[in-house]
Amino acid sequence: MHARPSLLSQYRRSAGRLLAAWVVLMLGACSDQPWNSPYPPDQAGQNILYSSFEERPNHLDPAQSYSANEIVFTGQIYEPPLQYHFLRRPYALEPLVATGMPEPWYLDAGGRRLPDTAPEEGIAFSIYDIEIEPGIMYQPHPAFARNTDGELIYHSLQETDLADISALGDFAATGSRELVAEDFVYQIKRLAHPRLHSPIFGLMSEYIVGLADYADTLKQALQDELPRQGEPVYLNLHDYPMSGVEVVDRYHYRIRIRGKYMQFRYWLAMPFFAPVPWEADRFYTQPGMKERNITLDWYPVGTGPYMLTVNNPNRQMVLERNPNFHGERYPAGDDAADREAGYLEDSGKPLPMIDKVIYSLEKEAIPYWNKFLQGYYDTSGVSSDSFDQAIQIGSGGDISLTQELIDKGIKLNTAVATSIFYLGFNMLDPVIGGDSERARLLRQAISIAMDYDEFIAIFANGRGITAQGPLPPGIFGYQEGEAGINPYVYDWTPRGAERKSIEQARELLVQAGYPNGRDVQTGKPLVLYFDTTASGPDDSARLNWMRKQLQKLDIQLQIRATDYNRFQDKMRKGTAQLFQWGWNADYPDPENFLFLLYGRNGKVEHNGENAANYSNAEYDALFERMKNMPDGPARQEVIDRMVEILRFDAPWVFGFHPKQFVLYHDWYKNAKPNLMANNTLKYRRIDPQLRETKRHAWNQPVVWPLGLIAALLVLAVIPAVVGYRRHENRRVRTVEG
Amino acid sequence: MFAYLVRRVLYAIPILIGVNLITFFLFFVVNTPDDMARMHLGMKRVTPEAIEKWKSERGYDRPLLYNSAAQGGDKLVDTIFFEKSVRLFVFDFGSSDSGRDISADIGNRMWASLAIALPQFLIGLLVYVSFAMLLAFFRGSYLDVSGVVLCVILMSISGLFYIIAGQYVFSKLLHLFPISGYEPGWLAWRFVMLPVVIGVFAGLGSSGRLYRTFFLEEINRDYVRTARAKGLPELRLMFRHVLKNAMVPILTGVVVVIPSLFMGSLIMESFFGIPGLGSYTIEAIQNQDFAIVRAMVFLGSVLYIAGLLLTDLSYTLVDPRIRLS
Repeated sequence: MHARPSLLSQYRRSAGRLLAAWVVLMLGACSDQPWNSPYPPDQAGQNILYSSFEERPNHLDPAQSYSANEIVFTGQIYEPPLQYHFLRRPYALEPLVATGMPEPWYLDAGGRRLPDTAPEEGIAFSIYDIEIEPGIMYQPHPAFARNTDGELIYHSLQETDLADISALGDFAATGSRELVAEDFVYQIKRLAHPRLHSPIFGLMSEYIVGLADYADTLKQALQDELPRQGEPVYLNLHDYPMSGVEVVDRYHYRIRIRGKYMQFRYWLAMPFFAPVPWEADRFYTQPGMKERNITLDWYPVGTGPYMLTVNNPNRQMVLERNPNFHGERYPAGDDAADREAGYLEDSGKPLPMIDKVIYSLEKEAIPYWNKFLQGYYDTSGVSSDSFDQAIQIGSGGDISLTQELIDKGIKLNTAVATSIFYLGFNMLDPVIGGDSERARLLRQAISIAMDYDEFIAIFANGRGITAQGPLPPGIFGYQEGEAGINPYVYDWTPRGAERKSIEQARELLVQAGYPNGRDVQTGKPLVLYFDTTASGPDDSARLNWMRKQLQKLDIQLQIRATDYNRFQDKMRKGTAQLFQWGWNADYPDPENFLFLLYGRNGKVEHNGENAANYSNAEYDALFERMKNMPDGPARQEVIDRMVEILRFDAPWVFGFHPKQFVLYHDWYKNAKPNLMANNTLKYRRIDPQLRETKRHAWNQPVVWPLGLIAALLVLAVIPAVVGYRRHENRRVRTVEG
Repeated sequence: MFAYLVRRVLYAIPILIGVNLITFFLFFVVNTPDDMARMHLGMKRVTPEAIEKWKSERGYDRPLLYNSAAQGGDKLVDTIFFEKSVRLFVFDFGSSDSGRDISADIGNRMWASLAIALPQFLIGLLVYVSFAMLLAFFRGSYLDVSGVVLCVILMSISGLFYIIAGQYVFSKLLHLFPISGYEPGWLAWRFVMLPVVIGVFAGLGSSGRLYRTFFLEEINRDYVRTARAKGLPELRLMFRHVLKNAMVPILTGVVVVIPSLFMGSLIMESFFGIPGLGSYTIEAIQNQDFAIVRAMVFLGSVLYIAGLLLTDLSYTLVDPRIRLS
């Protein structure tokens, strides 16, 4: 008779099988790749850049996308007429698909051509003639696919044709065609499309002739077509002419601008003015496409160096080299610093240099940072969590990398962002606002008391520089050194700019009629109100800091925390008193900052971006003069005067300009920061072999602790098992009495 | 039993309406349609007209619950609540506020959630039962005492700590698993192992202790004493009799969570970059996408109710004395 196997032995056998399966799996993992590699083995050593996205981009349609996380993609796919030179500083525009820099010419109200030197008042229209390079082809796309008879094969799709389609890649055939001027005109018309919410429609309809009326035309056309077509409605914009844009010939189009608007050239370097082929619009507007998430907002169609081949916002987005890219060369330069940094080594080489870019969904900062240190991401920012691990600040405030990062060959690039964060005073407020001497002195006193050097040190890990005016470094008009300080807040010393003492601020307060923070007229303490949307636990330290700054002057600060909607409402109605706001440059021109305080942009009266509702007749007149002046000493003189007016009137406490920190591995080349250009991916290069070698060296698996844990577990159980056996084998002894 | 099931399904309808109403209130107490529009349109150069247009296109320009301007039944029907809720009851989730098809997204992301939740559930059950049996088997010994102390310690630690510590130790220090990421299909196992191990370990304290109690309760019953008196070996007694009877409360407690496995884990998926339904919900809350939030809460409620129904059914399977009527 065979003894039945005990349950324990069955249990042991099952555990043995599980262990064997585990070993097989682990052996399977023992390919060339390190065990902790998050990438498939077939990507090893390939010319692929790895990056991430934290949240999916909302819009990839060039008429709509505006956020930084969207332009990361659209900037590489779409090509507007102009671009920023990658290396040159200060930032300079150059042609991208245009044959040259468009120079506007002018017309008077009667349509007569004016000389280029004509005074601005006489200019009724500016004409931009833009000629594009011939022979540029679109990326392969099913919207262009044609059959042997030359008919577009995916333009009359029925629901049955879409039965097996769930993504753009499911369409078997693709095609391409040459870029023509008509595509640029088509896109400008799309800015007015009522189904799209182009963020620049409001601004552009002030300048591009006929754009505002065109929106009404299209709205009416949609209403007319809806009963005939049903949803979705396709409008062929070629059938609806617009007065301000016209196709001159196959490679040449014309834009008519109201008045003189020199900053328009900067908009021509943004994806808003990139071409969109009508075929794509038609293709995506077919019934059944939107339900499958196949839209232009999801699958862009461009002529740029890259095309979006995977758009899975749940996991991954992939840009791949566009096989039809027209070709471009890495720029040459003669800057010694660029040469020393190795930014000129690739001059003249064909672009793009990277074959593929994989953006993975990474919601949390800690996993991203650790994967960067392991070599699985090529670049990284520096979050507050990892700041101490990455950066050390010397006694003199000098910034350097920690030894751990230096040993890994990681490098650091810093650049002051073309942005400003400021504390605004509502100039319509009876206490803090207005043009009275009393209010001005009060604002100047607060400007001294608000120690933004301290704020940067505490809340930004030193990543920023205090603002001396509205213009950040890198923007024409910004002044360095003694000439650039705000003399109402700082004194110039041999050590540089030093904030005035709090006693001087108190003195100003006395002059303003608030000695020791009390109103001499009423005897009541001065209470100011700070409106903010910051109400979370993380914000309390910042708000306390603000209270303490005003306490230095014995001024009480009441925090009025509210939701964003209410806050916006208060700002629109002008009922806020103090508020914090920021601005990030659209383009590198002083106009893009100084307009934030232009009277006709007042938020309450004109619903503009002048949130402080500041109005000064001299400033406004200078602004109108300055905005269309060419950069040069004359413009600098005007800007200096404007900045002086602002410093004296103090409608803002000029807060700080944030500093951007970017870390990158030594296999990542041409890392020069360019905060204006959004298409810099094509200039970057990586050394995949060096990356592979380092990844292996840094990520060797360590397995002995697992054995140790298993041994400890066994050791813990053995005495208990021994005890159990002893108990089981114990015999009952009977005692005879 | 059929009548019982029909009655339970009918009971579910008011519950789901209530859940939907609470979700609606909580969401719109924190967010307004204007906030949602701003979130979707961006913060820069957004005009009030664009916000109105966005709301109008998505039906957020109506009153929330009661339309005093409408006539008759439209006072209740022509509202955001009715418009956004009624289709849920036929499982038509519609489009998200950003225009994506919610059902398609749920269909895609469900598998990633299951890839973690299912092995975590099965392995967890095996480990917790084994661990609890071990403690019950060696009850009163140093092993049992240490085990209970360990359980209390494990229960006292936040789930987030396990995730961060697990990533640090196994991925960063030992280089055994990818820190985060996901690949569909069979390649997913490399990314799933660490979250599963962490998930199982994180649940060891509470489940191990609970199941130990079930086993101890069973061990002290008369039939066990009788079997022991008749000379049945302790090991056979544990596996053949105690385990079988203790599994009744364990299984009935476990069945309720089975349908909810589809919903994924909010924090785990977020930290490990797993594109499942947990992270889908978190993203929707962050992006103020009410369409997705209400769809996911509704789906979660339906699955939970289904779990409770399954639990009732499982009682009849494991205990023949119970009849559903």
